[in-house]
Amino acid sequence: MMDFLTHEWAVELGWILLQILFVIGPLLIAVAYLTLAERRVIGFMQLRKGPNVVGPFGMFQPFADALKLMAKETILPAGANKVVFLFAPMLTFILSLVAWAVIPFGEGLVIADINVGILYLFAVSSLGVYGVIMAGWASNSKYAFLGALRSAAQMVSYEVSMGLVIINVLLCAGSLNLSAIVEAQRDMWFALPLLPMFVVFFISTLAETNRAPFDLPEGESELVAGYFVEYSSMSFALFFLGEYANMILMSSMTVILFLGGWLPPLDIWPLNMIPGPLWFILKIMLVLFVFLWVRATTPRYRYDQLMRLGWKIFLPFSLIYVVLTAGYLLVSGNLPDVSLG
Amino acid sequence: MADKRCSGKFPFCWCENENRVWFFQYAACNYPTAELFTVIVLFRQIQQEIPLEIFLGEYLPIAVFFAIAIGLSAAFVLSAFVLGNQRPDDEKMAAYECGFDAFDDSRRQFDVRFYLVAILFIIFDLEVAFLFPWAVTLGGIGLFGFWSMMLFLAVLTVGFIYEWKKGALEWE
Repeated sequence: MMDFLTHEWAVELGWILLQILFVIGPLLIAVAYLTLAERRVIGFMQLRKGPNVVGPFGMFQPFADALKLMAKETILPAGANKVVFLFAPMLTFILSLVAWAVIPFGEGLVIADINVGILYLFAVSSLGVYGVIMAGWASNSKYAFLGALRSAAQMVSYEVSMGLVIINVLLCAGSLNLSAIVEAQRDMWFALPLLPMFVVFFISTLAETNRAPFDLPEGESELVAGYFVEYSSMSFALFFLGEYANMILMSSMTVILFLGGWLPPLDIWPLNMIPGPLWFILKIMLVLFVFLWVRATTPRYRYDQLMRLGWKIFLPFSLIYVVLTAGYLLVSGNLPDVSLG
Repeated sequence: MADKRCSGKFPFCWCENENRVWFFQYAACNYPTAELFTVIVLFRQIQQEIPLEIFLGEYLPIAVFFAIAIGLSAAFVLSAFVLGNQRPDDEKMAAYECGFDAFDDSRRQFDVRFYLVAILFIIFDLEVAFLFPWAVTLGGIGLFGFWSMMLFLAVLTVGFIYEWKKGALEWE
């Protein structure tokens, strides 16, 4: 079995593995510190300190939490479908990781530079709803079931307007490749000409990741914790990790589609000295901060308001904007060149 | 059987060499246990003839990424079983219902509006799927392509207005 792989293949597969580990490792650490940042930032916004005891500034808090969860018992409810029950958090976690395969961190710094990158990203983030549904259904608990129903309907509703917003960006960029979309923003970030779509997209990502003010699926006061009420130990942690990795993913999607990815804000001396990946990370952190800021300031939506916003405002608005963008680009002759054939 | 194994549509083509195909079929049909060995032999020959880039192309890293993600999540779940104490009892494993015993089964009828939302989602997500290729090629298909899509959108909008007026989007 030792000579199963030839030398060339082994080297290349090893290189791919190394690249993937270099993405997953920092990503998981980023997720850990995002949970800490959330508690600290919201703490300061509410004039309290947040966790600051474990290590300097509470830096070791996430690891203490992880170890604690790892040592807990995995409770399998008697009425649950065990296999689906255990697979649901795994699916959520897997999907939140694999989407990173196509994210360009800088010029050419991407694991798989596929030509339909945005489609892949859209597809993987859409599949996330299965983890929620499976968890809610397999738990065989009323709170979990109701939470999953709400969450699925919500994610699905906002996905439609997200799709239409992406169409707007594609009209301007003329490519489904993520690196090409970033390169198309060299002169001007899409956040400026498509400002209303940028706002719609950001709010949709909040709903898509079940974040405040759209965190009804886990509304503590009515549903206890929503679809993961029956989960404990590492299965719970996987949901948690998946949710936060999804937040970072959605922020990076926002940055790639609207905030110029790895490009500096202005192509002038002190700014373009900073390497691209650093700009990319800084922008993601900025968007993530807004996520936390929104959570600290806004009260929770009602469910009918949520559905009204998604179907009666965002959907018609983004649809009309697609028509306007396409019409304007066509009439003004600013459409990106496409070679058919 | 020969046709199934030898269509050769996939990047790795089994059919370049008649002898090799014959060998594979022979081994698979007569000695089922020999199949794995045969696959390994064939796999090595493929590796020598085809560079890795062609194999699944740019999607190979994604496949590897999936494998790692699956392994990692399975390791996380298993680690909890290994490290944590498992002491199940009846009360602990009962479905959570704020301290009550569960009144009845949780899988019961639910609001039909969730179903309506799902149907609406399918319609509009398909619409988005149609818009994707249109959006990237609009520069090449010009006014004709633009107006064709406008017609399609208009038809869908009529349906959407009908839904709205029927009250399918009301959640009171």
